[in-house]
Amino acid sequence: MAVQVSWTKEVPVPQTGPRLGVRLAPFAMLVVLASAHPVLAQGTAAPDTVLADSAAATGDLVPAPPRPPSGLTVKDVTNDAGRALDLTWKRSPDDEPGQTLVTQYRLERAPTPGGPWSVVDSASAGSEGRADQSVERNTEYFYRVTAVGPGGVTPALSVTGPVRATSQWINQTRWSVLILTVLFFGFVLFFISQAQSGKVPFVRRIPGIDAIEEAIGRATEMGRPVLYVPGILDIDEIQTVAGLVILESVARLTAKYETPIVVPVTYPIPFTIAEEMVKSGYLHAGRPEGYDPNSVRFVSPEQFAYTAAVGGIMLRDRPAAHIFMGAFYAESLLLAETGFETGAIQVAGTANVHQLPFFVVACDYTLIGEELYAASAYLSKEPKLVGALKGADFMKITILFLVLIGCILETAHIHVLTNLLQTQ
Amino acid sequence: MKREFPLMITAAVGLFMILSFFVPHQLVSVPADFLQQSAIVVVAFGYVLGGANALKLNAETVYKRNPGWIYKLILVVALVSTVEIGVAEGPGFLDDGKRSRWIYDQLYSPMAATMFSMLAFYIASAAFRAFRIRTVEAGLLAIAALIVMLGRVPIGDLATSWLPTSLQLPTLQEWIMEVPQNAAKRAILIGAALGVMATGLRVILGIERSYLSGED
Amino acid sequence: MLRFFENLDRRWLFLLMGLLVLLPLLFPLALPLTVSPRVRNFHDAIAKIPDGSTVLMPCDYDPGGIPEMVPMTRTALKQLFDKNCKVVVICLWNGGPGLVDRVVRSVADENHKVDGVDWVNLGFKEGREAVMVVMGQGIANAFPRDYKGRDTRSLPIMKRVRDYSSFPLLVSISSGYPGTKEWVQQVQSRFHLPMVAGVTAVSAPEYYPYLQSGQLLGLLGGMAGAAEYEKIRDEKGTATRGMDAQSMAHVFVAICILLGNWVQWRKRKGGTA
Repeated sequence: MAVQVSWTKEVPVPQTGPRLGVRLAPFAMLVVLASAHPVLAQGTAAPDTVLADSAAATGDLVPAPPRPPSGLTVKDVTNDAGRALDLTWKRSPDDEPGQTLVTQYRLERAPTPGGPWSVVDSASAGSEGRADQSVERNTEYFYRVTAVGPGGVTPALSVTGPVRATSQWINQTRWSVLILTVLFFGFVLFFISQAQSGKVPFVRRIPGIDAIEEAIGRATEMGRPVLYVPGILDIDEIQTVAGLVILESVARLTAKYETPIVVPVTYPIPFTIAEEMVKSGYLHAGRPEGYDPNSVRFVSPEQFAYTAAVGGIMLRDRPAAHIFMGAFYAESLLLAETGFETGAIQVAGTANVHQLPFFVVACDYTLIGEELYAASAYLSKEPKLVGALKGADFMKITILFLVLIGCILETAHIHVLTNLLQTQ
Repeated sequence: MKREFPLMITAAVGLFMILSFFVPHQLVSVPADFLQQSAIVVVAFGYVLGGANALKLNAETVYKRNPGWIYKLILVVALVSTVEIGVAEGPGFLDDGKRSRWIYDQLYSPMAATMFSMLAFYIASAAFRAFRIRTVEAGLLAIAALIVMLGRVPIGDLATSWLPTSLQLPTLQEWIMEVPQNAAKRAILIGAALGVMATGLRVILGIERSYLSGED
Repeated sequence: MLRFFENLDRRWLFLLMGLLVLLPLLFPLALPLTVSPRVRNFHDAIAKIPDGSTVLMPCDYDPGGIPEMVPMTRTALKQLFDKNCKVVVICLWNGGPGLVDRVVRSVADENHKVDGVDWVNLGFKEGREAVMVVMGQGIANAFPRDYKGRDTRSLPIMKRVRDYSSFPLLVSISSGYPGTKEWVQQVQSRFHLPMVAGVTAVSAPEYYPYLQSGQLLGLLGGMAGAAEYEKIRDEKGTATRGMDAQSMAHVFVAICILLGNWVQWRKRKGGTA
């Protein structure tokens, strides 16, 4: 249901006020020029000719007001909620690079062709368009644009309208994203239902995730705790969600092996979720009494304060296993190197590509990018989660084909696919 | 209902926000804008929750004289005094001459800069200790790393300025960064983005529900 | 000698690194710099905007990013002030506003620019991407008060600023999250605001795809990028002075990689010194 009104009708300036002004415009110019004459410049000067008076007093030549712009068109901005109208015009003939006859353009708006007019915006010299974003939806407006310069203002030649800003139901430029999103959702839901009906897809071995149990086992043998760091970002970051989900599986293992776990957290909301995850892990392992409320610690949202605190935990408590799962930034190497010095086994996973090299160098195992998101499915082996993983993989294959086909078409200067997939 | 109700809210709001990306109409965009503005308020209140929790946990450790209590005492004193001074000084608390400004310039700023600069030392020790060439791929990686590291600084330019332009370190470095690195980066980004969508979809549809406590 | 390197205490490496960074700062080598196309494009993108425009400049960093971010901020501000552009500064990092205000204020004072008229620091707002989106509805909606607590709408500089359409360019100087990537995703993609960015060296490669797609018009990568930018502007700022130290540090790390592998290779061969 697209309701789009696009009016570019120029209406003659109505009988009152502006039209009279238009008829008299040439004479107005003569008056202005005449008023520059030291003898003729008697009486009250109009505000726009103050400059002319002072120039007349010193004998300087006064520039004429700039010629007005023309060709004003006003269109509804599409794919929005009816909040804006787009104005375009042809510059004043006096608006040339290097010239100063035009300093700005004034955009005026009124509910009727006769006014009352109000200035809604201005644009610098050289501009040929502006969006008016102060409109009310489904309200008719008339527009005119005037050029302003040192010589004054010449009234607009014509008025454009009526124009109305309307809202649209669908953003037409995002069809390709919608189709691909629906396709993605379709893949995921299809493979989830397949997995639930017994056809659980194969998931390749991810050594980093297998190493988590090995690391926890090592900590148990050494009688030392496990340190789990769920990244440094807040819950709105999906990596933090993924890290906290893996925490539940890790907590289950530590509960099973009766190994203490320490979870320092940066933000308050992940802190409360981390508490629930650890509690849930102990519950599912059948050891709810083993849960230590002090195992999850809120530290600080400040990056390096958090890093210093975790470094302190590593050097004082000497955990035997460090598991870093989530979003990391500059502190990744600080944590990993400090951890290495304590002799702990370290497993890391992040989708922040620029930190991967540091983890790869300093940790025993590293999960790269999407492996972090696959970890929860891999650890739990739950059909729904594994099915979702396969759905995402199918989407990757689709994108792969689109990239290949797109490269071939672009090489042949055929832009059909690129144009189809363009979005705003 | 204890688990179902939050899942229903998550699903409804999550799907609505996805819808708002495709539907610009005011019936969808106005509530979506309101939700986004509300998110700012909720996150801001989260700091109150976090601060109170930090105070509670650390004050308990100090009171019980648990190991490391002296550090917790310093933390509590720093937290309380910084907040009190900032509140007392009001707007403009970071203007020149204010105590909060002194705390920021003389304590916070040097400490943050110091922690960040430790990276330089750790990179050297990690490079010496751990960057081992055991396979062909690792060898290629090491060569690329050396070219990029030296090509990005003036000394690399100086050392190879006598070579033809196409063989100079900065040119090689530029090619490595623009072509193979870019391609690999894009691939990982696409994969990670799909992972984000899949995880988000699982949370929205309630397939991923382990963040809610209790039995499945 | 092999045994010495096998058992090398890493604190010797730290000491050497410290000296190699400190000495060039005290005794500059003045190594020549070559300007890369990315940095030139950053400069040119700012040069092309009309004189007197108002530019949005998010400075998303904290004291940890001083060596890389502050030189970029200073040089970009100077270029903008030379064009009589007005600058609206914000900061989405909670540890950054004090530092950013000091940097912007010092450059503004050097260039005789008036706070509230030629530039304004709107300060910090919590919310990350949500703030970026709310700014699209109105800058003053997201920042009703500036850093000094003044009513934003009453400031002369803000009279002609409504939302992103009021700016011809966005200059993002950021050292992490939230930062340039979020500005590209939330603002450049949605509002088509031309954008240039200055980022840390470690994260610069992440933005090359955005450069290639045209979403970023120019990019400064780390202190090297800042030094190249200073060279274009004929300035000898802290980034230029720091490049000698960075060169030495890079060479040292390269030597550490080679030395570490030499030690491993000799061990495998079974040789002992």
